[in-house]
Amino acid sequence: MRVMRYGREAVLVELADLGEVMGLHRTVSDAPPPGVRELVPAARTLLVSYDPGRTSFDALAGALAGTDAGAVAPGEGRLVELPAVYDGPDLAEVAELTGLSAEEVVRRHAAAGYVVAFCGFAPGVAYLPGGDPALRVPRRSTPRTAVPAGALGLADGYTGVYPRPSPGGWQLLGHTDAPLWDVDRDPPALLTPGTRVRFVPA
Amino acid sequence: MIEILETGPLTTVQDLGRPGFAALGVSPSGAADRAALRLANRLVGNPESAAGLEITLGGLVARFTEPATLALTGATGPVALGGRQAFLNGPLRARAGDRLVVGPPAGGLRTYLAVRGGIDVPPVLGSRSTDVLAGLGPDPLAAGARLPIGRPTGEPGMVDQAPVPPLPDEIVLRVLPGPRDDWFTAPARRRFGTVTYTVSPQSNRIGLRFDGPVLDRVDGDAELPSEGMVRGAVQVPPDGRPVLFLADHPVTGGYPVIGVVEPADLDLAAQARPGHPVSFRWVRP
Repeated sequence: MRVMRYGREAVLVELADLGEVMGLHRTVSDAPPPGVRELVPAARTLLVSYDPGRTSFDALAGALAGTDAGAVAPGEGRLVELPAVYDGPDLAEVAELTGLSAEEVVRRHAAAGYVVAFCGFAPGVAYLPGGDPALRVPRRSTPRTAVPAGALGLADGYTGVYPRPSPGGWQLLGHTDAPLWDVDRDPPALLTPGTRVRFVPA
Repeated sequence: MIEILETGPLTTVQDLGRPGFAALGVSPSGAADRAALRLANRLVGNPESAAGLEITLGGLVARFTEPATLALTGATGPVALGGRQAFLNGPLRARAGDRLVVGPPAGGLRTYLAVRGGIDVPPVLGSRSTDVLAGLGPDPLAAGARLPIGRPTGEPGMVDQAPVPPLPDEIVLRVLPGPRDDWFTAPARRRFGTVTYTVSPQSNRIGLRFDGPVLDRVDGDAELPSEGMVRGAVQVPPDGRPVLFLADHPVTGGYPVIGVVEPADLDLAAQARPGHPVSFRWVRP
């Protein structure tokens, strides 16, 4: 673990891998040190922003250094079952890239259990690492200018779920009609960091 | 009610933003020049967090359908209320039917309008701010928009005219190094802290872009996994030209952050218009 200064009001914690990020994020969000404002987990880092009137870099860095960043045990966290329609425009390409049939791609994608690692890019866009290692495919060489709302995509070892139309370079497997983002709900995102997800073919 | 007749290039509703949702991909947003919005609110006796209008490069024409107390702060330019010249940085009284005309500023970029009682549009995730990147909050204002005025909560303002220093000819922003300053060569780090950049026309509420010397990386091929971004972060994309993130910055980004501008200097940065000279000065933690 490496704790770096990030301006006057934040620190950036760099960790060995995504599992440690998820573990530290969970530990710190369950029992935040005094003065912590926001936590932003990402692939290798956890951003911790703070109120400089209530804590300091040294105090926070000390508290974080003493925190166990052990990996999250599987089976913890809220479970969301997402109805998935596997009708994406890139299903055939993913099948070709992986050497599997389209049916087998769908079967393997839906058979795996996932945990949301982080959100980003746009409100409520969730990144789910892992899944079947055979389904690891690169991004599309040319990103789409518009990925439809509810799209489920694959890229670089992640499944991404897009609440709203946006540009994107993911290989689209299908879509979900689940209400992924609702500003009148608390929290507004259905898929928050730490949420367990299963895709249920509809 | 305030009726919007003309908006200029961009007029949005802004308060102090919606902190607390960064982990869900939502930036805090809010007024780009927070000090100017806070002052405008104090001048009319509002809580500092009340919603007002952020008027980019002037061009606003609005009509008050009811009597109102208002104040304008930030970028300074010609202002008329009810057909008479009016002044910034002090409370103004509008009669029912008065038109407010905010002309293009002579200095600065963003003028703020506060109205006693605040702009009372429905909040989204606890804030009335328009986030132009995330598409949250009210749409940018267009002619024909009607904005309700809320009920006053605080005591009326006691100040007639607040002293505000003019925008300096060259804006100097203090920067704390890191977290990724070690991605840049020593000459690049030195250059960043000594040269003068100019603000690029591609700047907006998301960030200030700059024209000027390129900042070289130690390893041009290295890739950084996306990581959290903050307001004030100076990110350097592969073209080597720094981008300073403002209110509507993305929550994560995949380019190294060479340093972070002091929070106290960000309001000044939000007033830099395209072509304005800006330099950065390294400071110690």
